[in-house]
This record gives sequence, C-alpha cells and structure tokens, in this order.
Amino acid sequence: MTEPKIRIRDLYLRYSDGKEALKGINLDIQPNQITVAFGPSGGGKSSLVKVLNRLIDLSDVEEMHGEVTMGDLNILDKNLDVVGLRRRIGVVFSRPIPLPLTIFQNISFGLEVAGMRDQKMLHERVEKALREAVLWDEIYDRLDDPAASISGGQQQRLCLARVLALEPEVILLDEPTSALDPVSTAKIEEFLEIAKKDYTILLVPHNQQQAARMADQAAFFLQGELVEYTDGESMFINPRDKRTQDYVQGRFG
Amino acid sequence: MKRSEKIITNTVKIAGSSSILFILLIFVFLVREGLPALGEVSLKDLFSLRWYPIEDLFGLLPLISGSLVVTFTSILIAVPLGIGTAIYIGEIAPKNVKEILKPTVEIMAGIPSVVLGFIGIQALSPFLREFFNLPTGLTALSGSILLAMIAIPSIVSIAEDALYAVPSSYRDASYALGATKWQTIWGVVLPAARNGLMTAVMLGIGRSLGETMAVMMVTGNAATTFSGLKSVIMPVRTMTATIASEMGEVASGSVHYHVLFFIGIILFIFSLVINISSTSVQGKSKQEKGQVIS
Repeated sequence: MTEPKIRIRDLYLRYSDGKEALKGINLDIQPNQITVAFGPSGGGKSSLVKVLNRLIDLSDVEEMHGEVTMGDLNILDKNLDVVGLRRRIGVVFSRPIPLPLTIFQNISFGLEVAGMRDQKMLHERVEKALREAVLWDEIYDRLDDPAASISGGQQQRLCLARVLALEPEVILLDEPTSALDPVSTAKIEEFLEIAKKDYTILLVPHNQQQAARMADQAAFFLQGELVEYTDGESMFINPRDKRTQDYVQGRFG
Repeated sequence: MKRSEKIITNTVKIAGSSSILFILLIFVFLVREGLPALGEVSLKDLFSLRWYPIEDLFGLLPLISGSLVVTFTSILIAVPLGIGTAIYIGEIAPKNVKEILKPTVEIMAGIPSVVLGFIGIQALSPFLREFFNLPTGLTALSGSILLAMIAIPSIVSIAEDALYAVPSSYRDASYALGATKWQTIWGVVLPAARNGLMTAVMLGIGRSLGETMAVMMVTGNAATTFSGLKSVIMPVRTMTATIASEMGEVASGSVHYHVLFFIGIILFIFSLVINISSTSVQGKSKQEKGQVIS
C-alpha cells in the first residue's frame, strides 16, 4: 500500500469532564481514498476529526497524547502553526454553517485571512471552488446575497466550496449530509467520488448505508476504540470482529 | 374561568397597561404645559441664538447644540471603550478575569451620577483646565467624559449580550478556515452581532442625552453658541440641565415656564427617535435571524 497521508498512533484523548473520547487509536489514512469512520454516536469519530485539524484546541481537554503525523508534520505539536494546519486540512461540519456574510465573502474569507488581497485572484478562486462544489451554475448571479438566503443543501455545498477554495490536501467531513435531503446528499456524495482523486478524504457518514456506499476504507469506532479497520467491502460484507458484525447487521446501534 | 384566575389576569393586565398610560399622561402633560410656548414666543425667536430668560430671550439653539455636543463627544468616547470592553470580556478574557470584570462593570452602573459629578468637579475639571490651559475646566468635554462613564456600563452589558448570542458554530467555522482569533472577531463575530451592537450604541446615546445631574455639575452651564470643534472645550449648557436648574425658580404659567416644558417636548422627541430607531434595528435583526434558521 502507498505511504499513508496521515498516521495516527496510540491516540488517547480525555475531556475535562472525564469522558474518554479516544482510547489508543491506530489508524493510517490513505491518500486519494475515502476513509469512512463510522459507528454509534459517542464513539469518538467527531473527536478524531477535531484532533486532526486541531479544532480540539477550542474544547476543554484534560489529556491528549499519542502521535499524529502528516508527512513530517507533527499535528499534536503544541507549537504547531494551527492556522497553517487548518488551511491544509479542511473540515465540513454536520450542519451547514454559512458565516453571516455574503455568498462570495463566505468563500473569500478563508483566502483573505490567509493574506490574499488581489481581487481578480479572489474572484478566480471563488469561481473555481464553486464550480468544483457543483454550485456555480445555481448561484453565480447572486454571489452578493447573504449566504443564509440559499437552501440548506446549497449552503452545505457552499461550506464545501469555502474549504476547497483553500486548496487543502485533506478534507474532513463530519456527517456532512445529516441535515440534507436525499437529492442534496447525492450531490455531495457524487462530489466526493470525483474529488478523491485530488484529495484525501475522511468521512463520518450519517448512516450505515452511506458508510457502505462511500467507503474505500472503513473504520468502525465503538466507545472510543477502533474496533476494526479494513477496506469497505470486507467491512460490510464480511466483518471479522463480533461487535462489528452485530453493528453492521443492525443488532445494536 | 375561576375567580382567582380572573383577578390575577386582570391585575397583571392593569400593571402591564399602566406603563402605557403613564407615558401617555406624561406626554399629555408635557404638551399641555409646553405647547403654549409656541403661541407666546415666535418660532423665529425660539430657534435663535440667545438664551436669556430674564430679558425674555428664549433662543433654544445653544441648549440644543449644547446637548448634542456633550452627547456626541461622550458617545465618541464611550462607544470604542464600551464595545472594546465587551469584546474583551466576551471573546478574549480568560474565565477568572471575566468573572472579576463583569461585576465590576455592573457596579460602575450603580454609581449615582451625582457622585460622578462630584469627582468631575474635584478631579477631572482641574486636570482638564491645566491640560488644555483653559480659563475653566467646567466644559463640554468634562461632561462628556462623565457621561461616557455613565453610558459605558449599559453599552458593555448590551454589547456583551449581543456577542454572546453569536452562535459558537460561527467561531468554529471561522477557525476551521484558518482564521486567527482576531480575524474571527473582526470578520465574523462583530458582523454577526452588528444589530445588537447598534442597539447598545443607541442605548448609550439615550443614556447620555437624558442624563442631568452629572452634566449640570461639570459643564459650566453657560448657554454658549455652537462654535465648531472649539465648543468641546468651552462651557455649555444642556437641555436637561436647563430644565433642572431653572424649573425651581420659575413662576408657574409664565412664558419661561412654558418654554422649559417645550424643551421637555424636544427631549421627549429626541429620545423617542432614538428608541424607535433602536427597536427597528432590533426588529431587522430578528428577521435576519429567522432567515438563518429556515
């Protein structure tokens, strides 16, 4: 197998309220594949996403150790330039959260805070990102409208577009379609299938069907442990671990 | 309906409508006592430049300009400080600092304005006199600084509420896009809280415009004509201070008496305009929030 994009070794995380979110996770995230992290809620998937782009810094963490690296970059390094990291590892949240700005500004925001001032370049990058997220044709004529004025499905693709505008290497999606209708969900999924040739994708699916549909690699999380990690097909057709079997076949969850 | 329920409902209803009744009564009283002034003094004389009631000169412009100069200058001081404090308390300060700062600001709101006025006379005015090398330290600026101290607590508490109401998901999204703390505050949090911040400013203006005691004590109370920027370091007399200081010695029903009430009407209209514009700003913010949810 190729060199993993992100290597996670013995990652342990406990919040200040005493909850152990991750209990020694070992996981290699492969480049140009969709890695699906699934399992019942409270399993540590969202915490993992937060650790990977260090949004975890905003939470009350009591203890975190282990090793998370992307290439030579030590993601858990206390002195890491987290701003730079977050530009390389983008995240899409479960609910569309358009910033209270216009559609254009939502996408240019990340570029502008990164120091891009040239209006022409900003416009190019915004258009490119919107096209990539298959949103351009729907909203190109109202880029100056408030982002809150478009539909929920469009808002989520907008959130995707503003991540893409930063040209990240890794995209993390934490239940990106949980607030969307089936048509909008399909659009996001189509995008991911195409986008994986350019990006490394970690997807927390919002149900098991989506997990089975999308997974190149699948990781089953249960109460802070990584129970099983294998390719998507084996995971959903022929899981090895008893707990995975039970969950995949719907005996609990 | 049970009788006790009925009694309670009606009691609450009366309590609720009484405030409207009071406002109406105040307005009726103001109009009844103030409006005759328009018949006794011509509009041209009312809006002239000389306030000297003993010689029947009732020019209101110096008083209006005095109020505006003092209020405007105080807002120039209070808004940056107030909003800045709110940002510090709401967004930047660590928890323990916040726990000290917030009650401190609230205590500031409880200082009686006459106490501030006293400090103004004893400490602030002498300092300003020497600093600007003025004949007297009792100037519009002294009043503005005191008014700013009075307005800041209300501005801070409302602005902080507005910042608090900004969903933390906005901040997360901004950080996730690689924004720094300051970029997040400036680019996301402040625009999102814009309407609440506007309300805070409006309330600050209302607070400054209506304040009487502190202003009366330190602004020198000379009804001077507006003379540009220089007015700020000259003694002025505000509308509120005029009413407060002259109402006691005026003969009931005289022209002077009616004109003082007419000033009251002007003040009433000013604060009405401020209140209406602040509620219309709030209404707009509710509409926008509705959009976000849908």
